[in-house]
Amino acid sequence: MAMLETAADTAHLADDEVQASAPHAVTGYCSFKLGAFELSRDEYFARITWPAKGQTRSHLIPVDAFLRAMMRDVAWGFFYGWVNFDQVIGTRNYYGKVDLYAGTFNGTLKAAGVNYTENFETPLIMATFKAILRDWTNATFDPFAAPEETGSAFGRKNGNNIEAIERSRIATKRMPGLKDDSPLRDDLPVNRQFIDVPQDEPEVHAAEGFEGELHAFNLFKYLSRSDVTWNPSVTSVCKASLFCPTTEEFILPVFHGNDRIEWFLQMSDEIIWDVGDKDDGNPRARITMRAGDICAMPADIRHQGYSTKRSMLMVWENATPNLPQRYESGELKPYPIEF
Amino acid sequence: MSSAAIETVFGSLDNYTKGSVEIISGQASHYAFSNIFEVADKSLPYEKVVVGFNLGYVVESIRAEGQSPWYTAAHDEFAIVMDGEVRVDFLKLDAPLKAGEGTHLAGEIPAGTPMGYVLLKRGHQCLLPVGTAYRFEASRPGVILQQTIKGPLSVEKWADICFK
Repeated sequence: MAMLETAADTAHLADDEVQASAPHAVTGYCSFKLGAFELSRDEYFARITWPAKGQTRSHLIPVDAFLRAMMRDVAWGFFYGWVNFDQVIGTRNYYGKVDLYAGTFNGTLKAAGVNYTENFETPLIMATFKAILRDWTNATFDPFAAPEETGSAFGRKNGNNIEAIERSRIATKRMPGLKDDSPLRDDLPVNRQFIDVPQDEPEVHAAEGFEGELHAFNLFKYLSRSDVTWNPSVTSVCKASLFCPTTEEFILPVFHGNDRIEWFLQMSDEIIWDVGDKDDGNPRARITMRAGDICAMPADIRHQGYSTKRSMLMVWENATPNLPQRYESGELKPYPIEF
Repeated sequence: MSSAAIETVFGSLDNYTKGSVEIISGQASHYAFSNIFEVADKSLPYEKVVVGFNLGYVVESIRAEGQSPWYTAAHDEFAIVMDGEVRVDFLKLDAPLKAGEGTHLAGEIPAGTPMGYVLLKRGHQCLLPVGTAYRFEASRPGVILQQTIKGPLSVEKWADICFK
C-alpha cells in the first residue's frame, strides 16, 4: 500500500450489502452482483457481464490473472487512479467512491458504444471484491505470490486461503524500525531469489544521551524478505514524498494508469515496462530498466511491468491529495520535466 | 534443472548497464530516464544532482567521495547508500532550521552536540532527522540516493543526464 496511512483507511465495509448467490452446484463457487455487473467464475475463467446497447455483454479473464489483479486492487485500497485488470475491465479510484468499468478505456469498445461504467461507494465495492477473493481463492493458490512460488488457481472449489489474502498492509509513518512505526522483517525468511543479498545491518553508534535518535536499517535485506510481489510499501516519508519499494517477479498483475506522475528507480536486476495510452490503451513505449535506472511514468499513460528474476523496485509517489484535478484540468503537464 | 547460483544484480560506479526507452509514439524525454551511477560517475563530490522531480520533491544522486560539508534541513530527509561505504556524523543543532525546504549548508562548524555516527554499506538506509546537522564521509567513491525537497544545493541538468 503506497499511501499515507490516513489516506486509505476504509471506515467500514458494507459486508451486509454484498449480493452473493448460493454456491454453484457443479463448480462450487458463488457468483456476485455489483450494480448492473455480474461476476462469476468456473474452472478456468472469471466472467464479467454488463449491459450495453440493449444486450448483455461479457468478458472472460483467466482466473489466475483475475485473482492476482483483484488481490492488488483490494490490498492497495484501489490505489491511485486506474487499475486495469486487463484491456477491458478495471477500476478508477475517486478516494471515497470507485468506478468499475468494462471497455471504457479500450479505444475500440468505447467507439462501438459497448462499454459500461458504474460508480460505487468504496465500502460496497471493497466488501464485494473481498468476498469474491475469499470465495474464489482456493487453498492451493496465493494470489500475492509469483507463479513459481504457488500452486494452481484452476478447477472446482477446493478450500480457501484466507491467510494469504488477509495479509495486513504495511503503513509507515516515518521509517520502518523506529519506535511506534512499522516493523522490520527479521521474522520473515529471505526469498529464494534473494538468497545472495547481504543481511548485515548498518552500524549505529549513538553518543550517550542520543540512544534511539539515530536510525538506519538495511533496506536491501528488508526487501529480500518481502513475502509478496508487486506491492509498493512505504519505507520513508518526507512530507508527501513517499518511497514505496517492492519486490517484483513475473508480471505486474494490473496495467496501472496513474492520476498523477510517479517515478520508478530500479534497485536491482531488470524490469521491462509496457507503456500505453491511458485512455485507449494504444502502445506508446517499451522501457527496459536495469540497476540504477530511474524514470518517470507520466500521468497520461498506463504501464505494466515484466520481471524474470525477482527484482527490487523503488516506486516513488507524491501523495498530495488534489493532484488528479490539477492534472485533469491541464494546470499540470502529464510529464515532469521539459528540457 | 540448472544448478547455477542465484545472482542478484546491483549496480555500482564501476559496473552498471543502462537500460533503454523504445518509443512507439511520443517523446523519450517525457520519461526523464537516467542512471544514478552514470550521473554520480560524472559528478563532483557531493554535487546533489536531481534525478527525480515531482512538484518540488526530489530524488538526488550524490557522488560520495572524501568529506562533505555539514548539511541541515527543516524537515526529515533520507539517504540510501547505493554503492560503497559512507559514514554519517550527526549534530543536534543548538539553533535548528525552522523554515524553508530542501538541504541547506549548516556552516563550517555548526553549534550543536555530537549525536554519534552511522556506518552505511550498499543498500543501507538512514534517517537524516529534522533538527540535526549531518556530514557524509567516504574513503572511496560511492553513491548516495537522497530523498528530500528541492533546495538551494539541488543541481538540475536534465539535458545532460536523460535520454532525449
